[in-house]
Amino acid sequence: MDAHDLLELIWIIPALPAAGAVVLLLFGRRLGEPTAGWLATALMALAFVGSVVAFVALLGLDEEERAVVSQGYTWIEAGGFAVDLRFLVDPLSVTMILFVTGVGTLIHLYSIGYMHGDARFSRFFAYLNLFAASMLVLVLGNSFLVTFLGWEGVGLCSYLLISFWFERNTAAVAGKKAFITNRVGDFGFMLAMFLIFEKLGTLDYAALGDGAQAARGSATAIALLLFVGAVGKSAQLPLHVWLPDAMEGPTPVSALIHAATMVTAGVFLVARAHVFFEMSDAAATTVAWVGVITALFAATVALVQNDIKRVLAYSTISQLGYMFLALGVGAYGAALFHMVTHAFFKALLFLAAGSVIHGLHDEQDMRRMGGLRRYMPITGAVFVVGWLSIAGVFPFSGFWSKDEILAKVWFDGQYALWVLGTVTAFLTAFYMTRQLRLVFAEPARWRDGSTPPLVVSGGADDEPLAEAVPAHHAGAAGEPHESPWTMTLPLAALALLAATGGFLNLPFADEGFELLTEWLHPVFADVEEIHPTSFLAGTLLSLVALAIALTGIAAARALYRRGLEPDGTDPGVRRLGAAAPVLEHAYYLDDALAAGVAGPGRRAAAVLADDVDARGVDGAVNGVAAGFRVLSSGLRRIQTGYVRNYALGLVFGTVVLLAWFGTRGMW
Amino acid sequence: MEITPSYYLVLAAMLFTIGAVGLLVRRNTLVMFMCVELMLNAANLTFVTFAKALDDIGGQVIVFFTLVVAAAEVAVGLAIIVAIFRRRQGVTADDIHALEG
Repeated sequence: MDAHDLLELIWIIPALPAAGAVVLLLFGRRLGEPTAGWLATALMALAFVGSVVAFVALLGLDEEERAVVSQGYTWIEAGGFAVDLRFLVDPLSVTMILFVTGVGTLIHLYSIGYMHGDARFSRFFAYLNLFAASMLVLVLGNSFLVTFLGWEGVGLCSYLLISFWFERNTAAVAGKKAFITNRVGDFGFMLAMFLIFEKLGTLDYAALGDGAQAARGSATAIALLLFVGAVGKSAQLPLHVWLPDAMEGPTPVSALIHAATMVTAGVFLVARAHVFFEMSDAAATTVAWVGVITALFAATVALVQNDIKRVLAYSTISQLGYMFLALGVGAYGAALFHMVTHAFFKALLFLAAGSVIHGLHDEQDMRRMGGLRRYMPITGAVFVVGWLSIAGVFPFSGFWSKDEILAKVWFDGQYALWVLGTVTAFLTAFYMTRQLRLVFAEPARWRDGSTPPLVVSGGADDEPLAEAVPAHHAGAAGEPHESPWTMTLPLAALALLAATGGFLNLPFADEGFELLTEWLHPVFADVEEIHPTSFLAGTLLSLVALAIALTGIAAARALYRRGLEPDGTDPGVRRLGAAAPVLEHAYYLDDALAAGVAGPGRRAAAVLADDVDARGVDGAVNGVAAGFRVLSSGLRRIQTGYVRNYALGLVFGTVVLLAWFGTRGMW
Repeated sequence: MEITPSYYLVLAAMLFTIGAVGLLVRRNTLVMFMCVELMLNAANLTFVTFAKALDDIGGQVIVFFTLVVAAAEVAVGLAIIVAIFRRRQGVTADDIHALEG
């Protein structure tokens, strides 16, 4: 069996979790806990093994041949429009499935511990598996429409999982918000597909080679519309509002969907359709600027958040901004490199945060944490790895990937973007250090009840996040405790990946260490690479980045030396003064959107419901009914019940008929 | 004097009119019922007349059917009238108007 035959079987990889979802939805309750979780995890592990096999098989092919389209069948056929359901196996999709299934398996395993005791345990794993299947379809699709199929699937699963604890109103609202905000982006994606079909006559990725030149005239429009889709899915400005609220979902969901995989779908889409962005400078510049502004914006907001998961949510938005910055300057390899390392360290940080929440019995406010290093040694240790990685400290993975992005931006001559990106790097190091200090360093604040009331700001409504958590693991509020091995094992594995992930793509091209870039080269062969002007310049940039990161860490350490101020206020918030509430509310963008879009929308709906529907439509229906009531109350008097009246009517009618026919001469 | 079909037709018309007027003016259900029969048989007479005049057996065949159906109808109709008579004293049609709208 040669590599091509083997890659024909690529459909098995998404089919495994899909089958798991079906089985768990039908028989999950009977399988119960923990069998349902183990089944889901085993299927994901198998999918990962399959992905590794696909990777090896693809490696066995010559570099030019590394784009295998599997046989499929015609999914939709209408006139000249035909879409085949086929899978494309190339370095880009294999990279994606490797980390989706790899990180996915670890998070599935973690969820067995985290979701212990939940009433809908098996349902959770059914959704997780369904998500994995959709995500795999998304990245493996051979055409925009197949990708869109997965795109909608992950959106649905995101909705289902954010509002998994739908008994909580905030969770239900957050799920809807995510779904509807994503819909705005999906609209852009669809319009882009229409345009592509109009110009190229097909939606297959195979047409994106030289043939795509036919769409040169519309390249800017197509690229920007695709980018609208990416902005929605990847939570960039101004459609980022759903991601912080999405933290209402269980923490493994935040790690898998809202940090590692689904939110990177936008990055994947831009990378997949890079040909349009290469043709349009305007679109590429837009991508870079939206990315860097989002990165900076979210990093500043993360400085003052108090919810442990919200900090990470804004951090995710910020890091995704980096990826779009890289895409915008044409450094696709760097963007995907950061995507992979970010998947490692952000999944790690989220899962560690989940472990903290678990250990503290559903406490999410960092102001009521502290000193956890002693009680949760493993969680603390892995969090440190994640922290060093995201802050960009040598030699952890985040250092390499973030440095590569900033270096590419610099060597592309985009110095303004570079400055903003570097400021963001400083802020990243700062807020992550703040989080580390508040959660793990002394003093412990979870014992005394003197902390301020927990109010989560910037959300759809200011309700405490941690309130009314379903009793999925209600324990007596006592000492914090370390999590079970099903949770710590994935943490350890992810910590290892976060620490060493940088070696996937060391910036020494001449020595052949740029493994990921080399591997992805066939996909981006048409892209002009950005080369460092000199090795010295590259090294200097790295040193600058490292210095920035260390400065950020040092600054935060100094400021949060003793945790919070004695009176419970945040020293950072105190320094920021009047700016702090603005940051806390994420520049009031959420409220502005609510007022500017939801407000008029609600008023329009009220007019439609009260005036148009209740008065207009209902009035017409009721009016017709009332008219017939009047008519029939008159007509019913004819029905006297007297036989003679009826007989008279018959005779009269007969006479009239006879007269009619007689006068018309129709005998 | 030759008896032409017109005589029969005029007789039938007279019988039909007597039946129709009787149905309208009488209040006794039994009499009204007989009036209906009168009209029915006026129609039968017409059928037979035309069958003879046009030399077509079909008209007479229809009369046989009509007679059979009328016999069945009489059985049912009389049964109803008897049933009404048992429930209330008298069979005056105007007393029976429970189905008014």
